[in-house]
Order: sequence, then structure tokens, then C-alpha cells
Amino acid sequence: MKQMNWKELPHAGTILKAGNTSEYKTGSWRTYKPRWIEENCIHCMFCWIYCPDTAVTVKDEKMTGFNYDHCKGCGVCAMECPGKKGNKAIVMEEEGK
Amino acid sequence: MGITSTKTVAVTGNQAVAEALRQLNPDVMPAYPITPSTGIMESFTTFVSNGKVDTEVILVESEHSAMSACIGASAAGGRVATATSAQGLALMWEMLHIASGYRLPILMALVNRALSAPLNIHGDNSDGMGMRDCGWIQLFSENAQEAYDNTIMAYRIAEHKDVRLPIAVNMDGFIISHSIESMQFIPDAEVKKFLGEYIAIDPLLDIDNPKSIGALVLPDYYMEHKRAQHQAMLNTTKVIKDVSEEFAKLFGRKYNLFETYRLEDAEVVIVALNSAAGTIKDEVDRYREKGVKAGLLKPRVFRPFPYAEVGAALKNAKAVCVMDRADSYGGFGPMFMEIASALFPHRGPVLFNKIYGLGGRDLMPLDVDQVIEETAEVAKTGKVKMMKDYMTLRS
Repeated sequence: MKQMNWKELPHAGTILKAGNTSEYKTGSWRTYKPRWIEENCIHCMFCWIYCPDTAVTVKDEKMTGFNYDHCKGCGVCAMECPGKKGNKAIVMEEEGK
Repeated sequence: MGITSTKTVAVTGNQAVAEALRQLNPDVMPAYPITPSTGIMESFTTFVSNGKVDTEVILVESEHSAMSACIGASAAGGRVATATSAQGLALMWEMLHIASGYRLPILMALVNRALSAPLNIHGDNSDGMGMRDCGWIQLFSENAQEAYDNTIMAYRIAEHKDVRLPIAVNMDGFIISHSIESMQFIPDAEVKKFLGEYIAIDPLLDIDNPKSIGALVLPDYYMEHKRAQHQAMLNTTKVIKDVSEEFAKLFGRKYNLFETYRLEDAEVVIVALNSAAGTIKDEVDRYREKGVKAGLLKPRVFRPFPYAEVGAALKNAKAVCVMDRADSYGGFGPMFMEIASALFPHRGPVLFNKIYGLGGRDLMPLDVDQVIEETAEVAKTGKVKMMKDYMTLRS
């Protein structure tokens, strides 16, 4: 994306296009990556509610994985995940492993 | 069109500014009254109670909240004003930068008062000088008339499309804010016509077009934003000149970026702000009668500072004494630093700095005489005894 110069900036830096955060990819900030273990998932949607970056993808009321373009790897989803019978459905793993 | 008919009245500086605010009729006025600016809010809330204005006054729990409420109301799209002094301004500091960074044309009546400690409620310019780098346009006023006129012009300057910056109109606490002097008010209808309608840029209350203000900006964009803000300040100089010219045409009183008094051929020059200028003009006259080529430069606009214009006006003097009613401990007075910068490109006069009137200490005609005589001596010898010294100090 070509960066604007100082004369091209919107007045006062106001963001005029609602929802344009989705164009700003923050996935590269990650040092830990959430991995979804489908068999332990009860689709409670806690991860979806807690994710600060709306990076949990959902289809037909079911958790389907992560949007790694936006996931910053904070680990809140893994912390909140109740899992099934003591086994987490989300675990954090070091990037590049 | 001829000059308007005006009414001469006897009022305090605070009443004069309150009257200007009544005529400007802001949409919102959040404030947390503090001495010596209290009189402005006292008069203004009377106007509100008597239905003389449409303004919603918000009485908040601190000055930090007052400026925060100003920012919210201005970002929503309203015309906004507040009044404060000294500690109140200091508590607003964080929000002052946000007001200017958001490019909100908020009007502040700033009644100059010394900063604590030691605790002192009297007039000096420490508060106003302390907001130098906050991104606000700063106008200074010698007397009630100038404070009124600057306030009437303030929105026209701040709201100009090339500017859109907050503006502070300064006057000296007590010396001007609480002293009664004769001055002239402009009729309501003419102020209204001069002021015009305010059209906010990207107001938050335009709910059909949702938007965000105050988003995080990282190192890749922060400098671009700051450069754009500097440009708005640079654009302000011309707008101040244009608005002042229009004001002079309509109402007869002339203002520029600074006032010069017998400066044309002056060799012995004093630079001073605000109410001190009145006393200095009298003494300049006395010394002119004695054959001393004395003169005065009184800045009106401190930010954006008109370096080129001030430099050109002072470059032919032999000696310039810059009088500061504020200090920078371990440095020169704030006005001295600006004048030195303005004169830097010129092979200019010998400069020196006097700190005076801190905490409301009087500046008497005899004190000014001493400065003129010392400056005349410096003009003759080219030698400065003390680059920075304190006037009327017991030693």
C-alpha cells in the first residue's frame, strides 16, 4: 500500500471510512500463534467474544478457525477456552515451529 | 460601508470578554471557574440564566474535564468556548494538545496568572507561555478593548478552513481582568454578521457518515500529522492579517501581528506584551521629548510567531531590551528566545533580557525609565552588563 505524504492526510487524521481497520493487517505482530483443536471444541463462542481483533472466524454458529492476517497472538482465546473434559480446544504455539 | 456606531462603556476586562462571548453565542461552554478568570463565567452564566444566549454551560469537576468536554462538544460539531487561568490551564495541559491535534477551533479566554508554587493568584504570563508548544493560536491583549476585539475575531481566525486550530485570547489577570476602563462594544447584529455561520468539518453528530477520531498513529505516520499541524499554524498568520483588516474596515480599530509604537526610527527599543505596553508607551513619549530615540514593539500574536516580520521591524535598532513577565529557570525569558530567533538572520541590534512583574508585581513608570536608560547606554556602548536580569528585585 502506498503511504500518504503529509499533504494527502485527511483533515485532523479523521478516519472517514467506517470499518477500514480490516485493511490494516496486524498478523505480523505475532510471536505466538493460536492452534485450533477441532475435536475439543464445544463451539461455546467464548473465543469469538473475547478476541480483541475479531480474528476468530465463525460460520453457521460454529467456530471454523482463525484469521491470521489480523490475529496478534495475544492468547486471550486460549486462556478463556473451556475445552472438553479438561482438554483445551485452543493452544498457543511459538511462531515458526 | 462606514464605521459602525459603537457605545462607550466602563467595564472590567472580564466583563468585556464575557460580553464578547455573549455576542458570539457559543453552542457549548464547559468551565471550572478559577481566579482571576472567574468573572467571565460569573457574567456569562448570568446571560444563560436570563436567556440572553443559547449556550449550554457545562459545570465540570476540574479543568481537565472542562477541556475534555470542550473537545467532545467541538468534535460533535459545536462552537465551543471556555475560560481559565494558571493552575486551571496547567491541569488542562494534556487535553490542550488533543484539542489542537484534532484541529478543533475551540476558543479559550485565558486570564494570565502566575503559576504555583509559591501559590500566587496575581497576574503574570507564566501560564500562557507554558502553553507555547500545545498547538494553540495565542493572541495577547493590552487592555479590555483589545481583549474584547481579539475575542470577537477569535472564531473567524480559528474556524478558517486553512486553520482549524484552537485559539487562546490572553489578558493580564487583575491588572486588566478586574480593572474598570472605558471601551467600546460593537452592536450585537454587527458581531453576528461579522462572525458568520460555523460549518464543522467531519462532525461526529453527522450520524449518517460514521467516522473515528483519535485513532492510534504509529511512527510511520506520526510525523506527517505533526507537519500538517505546523502548516495549519503557518497558514494562520495570513488569516489573522485578513480578519484584522476586515475588522478594521468595519469597526475602525486596527490590529496587526504586533503593534509598533514610535518604532520607525527607534534606536532604543523595548519589547513587551500585554498591559505593560501601556506604561511603556508613556515613558517612550517622555524619552522622545528628551531626544532619546525610544520605541516599543508589542507582540499580539505569540503563536504562530511572526519571525520574519518582527525581525524586519527590529533589525535597524541599536539595542533591544526584551521584557518578559514569565521566566524559564536556567534559560532566558520565553519572549527573549523568540526575539533572538527573529533577529538571528540579521546583523541586528544588541539584545538583552529583563524579567519583570512576576506574581503580579507592579511595573511602575520609574522602572520602565531605568530600562530605557540602560538600553540607551547599551545602544551607545554596545556592551551588555547582564544578559538576563530581574527588575525591581531586592538584592
